[in-house]
Parts: sequence; C-alpha cells; structure tokens
Amino acid sequence: MKPYFSQAKTEIKLALTQGESLLVTIGIPVIALLGLSITKALPLPRGISSATSFLVPGTMTLAIMATGMVSTSIATGVERSYGVLKRLGTTPLGRSSLLAAKITSILVVEIIQLAVLAIVGLLLGWHPLGNWATFVVAALLATAGFSGLGLLMAGTMKSEVIIGAANGIYLVLLFIGGMIIPLSSLPSALETFARLLPAAALSDALYHSMGAGGGVPVWAWLNLVVWAIFAPLLAAKTFRWEQ
Amino acid sequence: MTTIEVNDLYISYGEKIAVGGISFTANSGEVLTILGPNGAGKTSTVESLEGYKKPSKGIIRVLGLDPHKDLPKLTPSIGVMLQNGGIYPRMTPLQALNLFHGYYHDPLPVEDLIETMNLRSALKTPYRRLSGGEKQRLSLALAIIGKPKVVFLDEPTAGVDPEGRLAIREVIRNLRSSGACVVLTTHELDEAQRLSDRLIILDSGNIVAEGSLDELLGATQGDDIRFSAPSGLDTTELQNAIGAEISEERAGEYLIASAATPQLIAELTSYMASKNITVGDIRAGKASLEDVFFKLTGKSIPHQTETPEQTTHQSRRRRIR
Repeated sequence: MKPYFSQAKTEIKLALTQGESLLVTIGIPVIALLGLSITKALPLPRGISSATSFLVPGTMTLAIMATGMVSTSIATGVERSYGVLKRLGTTPLGRSSLLAAKITSILVVEIIQLAVLAIVGLLLGWHPLGNWATFVVAALLATAGFSGLGLLMAGTMKSEVIIGAANGIYLVLLFIGGMIIPLSSLPSALETFARLLPAAALSDALYHSMGAGGGVPVWAWLNLVVWAIFAPLLAAKTFRWEQ
Repeated sequence: MTTIEVNDLYISYGEKIAVGGISFTANSGEVLTILGPNGAGKTSTVESLEGYKKPSKGIIRVLGLDPHKDLPKLTPSIGVMLQNGGIYPRMTPLQALNLFHGYYHDPLPVEDLIETMNLRSALKTPYRRLSGGEKQRLSLALAIIGKPKVVFLDEPTAGVDPEGRLAIREVIRNLRSSGACVVLTTHELDEAQRLSDRLIILDSGNIVAEGSLDELLGATQGDDIRFSAPSGLDTTELQNAIGAEISEERAGEYLIASAATPQLIAELTSYMASKNITVGDIRAGKASLEDVFFKLTGKSIPHQTETPEQTTHQSRRRRIR
C-alpha cells in the first residue's frame, strides 16, 4: 500500500501544478460556464428556466472529459516516451498500483473540478434538479470510458502526436458533445454521429440528472456502458510500456 | 549463492541475434563491468537481467529468481539506473526522491542522499532543466535509495563533470563494500579500469574476453616501447643497432615491439647519442584496457572519433605520466 500512496500523492500534485493542464481541466470549463450563462451567445434547449440548467452539466461533462482523456493521455504519453513507465517497472510499485494511483488522481481532480463548477453555477443561479445517484453513476462510467481513451492514446501514440490529437478531440467534442450547444441544434447527420460518442451521452445523462430532471434516455446509458467497457479493454490490449 | 547467474543466454529480434549464447556469473561485493562497442548486446543483456526482456533461450537467475517471471518479487532488492533517466520531466529531485522513498520498505533517508549526491542546490529544479551531471546523480540516488542487493548502472558517468565522477565512484565503491553486486555497463574505459573487479568484453553478442583487470591486461602481449624523434630515421640501421624490431608508426612516432628492459633503453639512447638525434618522450609499459579492447574487438571505443592509433597513443601517455 505504501508505494500506492506515494504514487497517488505525486500524481495528484503533478496534475494540480501543470498550467496547461489546469487551463483545459478547470480554466476553459469555468470560462465557458460564466461566459455563456451571462451572454447566452449560443442556443439553449427549449423549456429550461435558466441557462445554468444546461451549462452546468455541460461544462461538468467537459471537465470530466478533460481530465479523463486529455490530461491522462498527455501525462501518461510523456511518461511513456521519457522512459518513466519503464523505470517504474523495476520498482516495487507494480503496474496495478500504478493504475490505481492514476485512477485515484483522476477522481480527486474531478471532485475538485465538479466542486468549482457547482459553486460557480450556484452563484449564477443554478437550481440542481434530478437524481444524484444517476449523476454519480454516469460520471463514473464516463470517467472509465474517457480514461480508457486517454490510455489508449498514451499507450500507442508518440507524445507529440498525443498533445495535438487530445486537444483536437477536446475542441471538436466541446462543440458536438452537447456540452455548450444542445444536440438538437446540430445538423441531423452530425447529431446522429455525436450520439455515438461518449461526450454526448454524458452531457445528456448529466443534463437529466442535475439540470432539467427527468429520466436518462436508454441510448445514453448504453453508450456510456459500452465505452466504459471497451475503451479500457482496448487500451489494456494495445498499451506499450516503452516507446 | 551466486548473485547473478547467466547460462547460455540467447536474445534475438526476429532474424537478428543480439546475444548469442553467453554465460557468466557475478557475486555480492563485486563490480562487474560489461564493455563493448555499440550494438555488442550490452543493453540487451542488462535489460534481460533487469526483467525487461525475456530471453529467447537460456537461463537467468538474479538472487535466485527469474527476473522476467518473478520481477515483482525481485524489485524490492534491485536498483536500476537507465541510460536516459526515466524521470518525469516536470518532477524535481526532491519530489522524485520522496516518491521513490515511498516505494521501498526500509529506504535510505532522503537527506543522506541529497548530501552524498550533492543535489542540494538543484532540489527544486524540474528534471528537464537539470545539468547532465545532476540528472545522472539523481538517477543514481534513485537506484540506491531502496538499499538494493543488486544494482544495474547503465553508463553512470556519461556526461558527468569530474567532481560528479568522484561522487559516483565513491558511491559505487561503497555499494561494493556494503556487499552489493554492481553491474556496470560503460564505454568509458577509464571508468571501467578504475571501478571494475571483473570485466566482460562483448562483441557482436558474444563474450570475447572475461576476467579481472590484471588478467585481461596480461592476456594480450602489450609490452613495448614508444618514442618520438625526427621523422624518417633509418629504422633498419637502428634495428640492427639495438637488436629489436622497430617501426615508424606515424611520422615521428616510433614503436619498438619489445619489453622495455634497461639494457634496450640504454642501447636506444646511446645509438641516438652517437647520431646526435634528439629523442622525445620514451614511453614504456603494458597494454591499457583500450589496447585490449581494440585488439579483441577490432573496434575503437564507441563515441570516440580519434583513430585507434591516436587513442592508444594518448591513453598511454596519460597512464604513464
């Protein structure tokens, strides 16, 4: 257990002191929430009382995606290409403790992100409406899916490629993931495609579990479960520890 | 118990054979150096000892365990220094030391390592901004923090300044006297000569020589005399005068292929006196490790650009003075 604690502490410290990473994980979600709630520059779903009902779950989705996919892929990719993972292979840490430490770090960072976004949302007049249990389950499933994607990239791509790819996907999903633009406002072909990706499923699930209320649609659950199972499996199968 | 036992180790990558059936052992309290030109199979050998690589054939035992299969059981007792750090670029030495301190059951105090490795002034600098020497000293500190019984050091003095070298040599000697088994790979023959109890010279995946430094130096007949004098001497006449074979290796540099007996030296100098020829430094002695290395592998030491003659010549000069 001691190696695990040592690793988790370091992982968390590194995640919370990296400027570019904080911009993606906390900076952009908070700015999007503040900016779009105040300016209402983008379309909102019909029938909601406050823009925050849509934007709080939307930016929380963005936050979860940023930590699970962007930060994890970039940090782990750097570790792989600099031989950090190789070096750790001959310490008593072991692969399962390393993975456990990474998961701990991801969850701790997410709790901080979600707390910050909730506070900003409440200040902007957000009234949570929905079911906290569904919120937690959906967030955990999505974390598994996004982290699986992050590790899939980290384990197979060069670190320079990862930085570009992860940030690129982040940007694309920001717009077509139902986070700041409702899925129903997308062109129908794009909407169908978007619903296959984990971002739209999470934003929809969070929208219903803490924004607008109502049940989470079946397609969203299915989507989240499939990604939560297959992305980590694929990552585990393809992961190369050395570059 | 023999600390490291390698029996008929083969490592191949597809068709290419990196290591072709080598056997050796190493004991506690011993520094074993693996020398060899680039591509000789040094890294493949060491990485299979560290458990990174599965041998294609053969048996490896480190502390009685199979390093590939039983790695989790072995990791608390080994320390590894990779050639390229393996430390997260944003991590500071203090963070890295504290992190690794947490990996082991009974580690060395971080404070002690900061002191012995002279890392005090670099403690808060991210790894990527450390100097080459600081990186190597940190890397070595992390290799020994868990009080390992077996330590693998890959090029520990590469890019290290003279002061850092002293510190690193000191650490390696202390490891040996505390009973650890140290496996060192290096292309720096000077370091190998200073530190090794035993050496293995690898070439094209095979052991071409093995033994203590004295054994290796004695194995090749390297006794000869070199001197400098104006170029174009009549070597045939000189040869007749002193009764030993002589050749002009380079312009103004002469080699007498014979042991440096007082009599021979006297004959040489009296001949020169009779011809009124000024003689530059006369150098005599056994072969250096560089000579042995060159003779056995036919290759100059990796990363050195001088021609073999020059290398040999300079090292002799350094050694004799």
